[in-house]
Amino acid sequence: MMSLIDLFSGALILASLPFFVAGTLGLLRFPDLYCRLHALTKADNLGLGLVVLALMLQAQSWLQVLRLLLIWLLVLIAGATVAHLIARKALAAGHRPWRRP
Amino acid sequence: MTGAQTLFDGLLVLLLVILAWVLLASKDLFRAIVLFISFGLLLALAWLRLKAPDIALAEAIIGAGITGALLLVGLGRLGSAVRCRPLPVRTTPLQRLSAPLLVGLLLPSIAAVVLVELFTLPIVASGQIKLVAAHLEHAGVDHPVTAVLLNFRGYDTFLEMGVLLLAVLSIWSLDRARHPFARDQIPAALLTLQRLLLPLLILVAGYILQRGAQGPGGAFQAGALLAAGIILAALCGHRLPPGHQGLLLRLALSCGFTTFLLAAAVTLARSGVPLLYPEHLAGSLILLIEIAATFSIAFLLAAAMAGGHPVPEAKPTAIDERKSA
Amino acid sequence: MTSLSLIVALILLLTIALGLIRVLRGPTPTDRMLAAQLFGTTAVAILLLLGFATHSPVMTDVALVFALLTAVAAVTFVRRAEVDPMAPEQDVDDVPD
Repeated sequence: MMSLIDLFSGALILASLPFFVAGTLGLLRFPDLYCRLHALTKADNLGLGLVVLALMLQAQSWLQVLRLLLIWLLVLIAGATVAHLIARKALAAGHRPWRRP
Repeated sequence: MTGAQTLFDGLLVLLLVILAWVLLASKDLFRAIVLFISFGLLLALAWLRLKAPDIALAEAIIGAGITGALLLVGLGRLGSAVRCRPLPVRTTPLQRLSAPLLVGLLLPSIAAVVLVELFTLPIVASGQIKLVAAHLEHAGVDHPVTAVLLNFRGYDTFLEMGVLLLAVLSIWSLDRARHPFARDQIPAALLTLQRLLLPLLILVAGYILQRGAQGPGGAFQAGALLAAGIILAALCGHRLPPGHQGLLLRLALSCGFTTFLLAAAVTLARSGVPLLYPEHLAGSLILLIEIAATFSIAFLLAAAMAGGHPVPEAKPTAIDERKSA
Repeated sequence: MTSLSLIVALILLLTIALGLIRVLRGPTPTDRMLAAQLFGTTAVAILLLLGFATHSPVMTDVALVFALLTAVAAVTFVRRAEVDPMAPEQDVDDVPD
C-alpha cells in the first residue's frame, strides 16, 4: 500500500522534471521575450504543481496538504499576474512580438 | 543519497561563488540587481543546508524580496543619468599593476593564514550551545535562537534596532521622499493580486512572529514580511494618508527602539543590570518587545524604499487641477 | 523516494545554473527579470523536495515565504519602469504651494 503511494509520488516528481527543463531551455533558446514568457509559465503551473501533488500524497497531516496547496496556488496566481504585467509593459514599451522571418 | 546531497551542496557553493564574482564585476547595474536577487535565493537555500532556518527565513524575505525591490527603486531614482563609467586611465605602470598585485599576493597570504588557523581549531566546536541550553528554561521562550536574540544577548538586537533607525534617519537627511511608482494606470490584475496577497502577508507575518517563541521566526522576519506588504500597497498607488506622516510615522519608526530602551531602563532601575528580565515576566516582555520591533522594522524598511524624508502632501485639488490642465 | 527527491532537487539546481546564462546575456532588462522569476518557482520546488527528503518541515515555511515574495520584486520592476527616468518628475512634491 505504502509502496504504491510512493510509486505514484515518484512518478509525479519525475513527471515534473520535463516542465522545469523545458522552461529553462525555452528561456535560453526562444527568440524573444514573449516566447520566453510562454516557456516560463509551464514551470510555474505544471512543474511545481506536479511536485506539490507528489508531496501532498506523502504528507503526514491535512495541515501540510493545505500548506502545500496554498504555496502552489500562490505561485500560480502571482506567476500569472506577473507574466501578464510583464507582457503588458513590454508591449507598451514597443517591443514587437517575434515573427518567423 | 549522501552522494546527491554532496553534489547538491557542491553545486550550490560553486554557483554562489560564481554569482558573487559576476555580480560584483557587472558593469550593467540592472544585471547586477537581478544577479543579486538570484544570489539571495541560493543563499537562503545554503542557510537551510547549514541547518540555520532562522537565517534562511530572514534571507528569503530580505534577500529575495525586499532588497531586490529596494535596489530596483534605487536604480530608478538614479535614472539613466548615472551609468558606470570606466575609471580614468591610470598613468604609471606601478599603479596599473597595483590591483592585480594586491589580489595576487594579499589574498593567497590571507587564505594561507586562515587555513593554518583552521587546522589548529578543535574539530567539534559546540560554541555556546551548551551554555544556552543550560539557561533556556529561564529565558521565557523555548526557541534557543529567540532566547539569545531577545534575552541573553538582547543588547545586540537593541543596538541593531538603533542601527536601522539611524539608517533611515540618514536617508531622511539626504533628500525628500519621492513616490517611486505611478499613482494612476494601475493594471487591474495587479490590484487583484494585491487584494489577495496583502491579507496573506499580514497573516503570515503574525504567524511567524508568534512562532518565534517555539521555532524559527520572530520580529525581524515578521517585520520584513509586513514591509513587503507596505511596499506592495505602495506599488498599487497607496500612500500614507495626510496627517499620518508626522508624529504617527515617527512613532511607528522608533517604537521598537524606544520599547527596548524603556525595558532596559526599567530593568536597570529594578535589578541594576539593563535588560535582565525577571524570570516570570520574561516571556511577556519578549513578546511585547517583538511586537513593537515588528512594526518598527516594517515601517523602517518601507521608509528606506521611499528614499527620503516625508513631505506634506499637497491638497488633492491642486494635483487634480494640474492633471486636468 | 528520498533519494529520488534529492536527485530531482539537484537537477533543478542545475536548471537554475543554466538559467543564469539568460540573466547574463539579457539582452533587455525584462529578459533578465524573467529568469529571476523562473528561479523563484524553481527554488520553491527545490525547498519542498529538500524539506521532504531531509524531514525538515520548516522548509515548507520558507517555501511559503518565497511564494509570497517572488512577486514583489517582479511587480516592483514592472511598476517602476513605467516611470521614465528621464522624464521630469510628476510627483506631488513638485507641486508648488
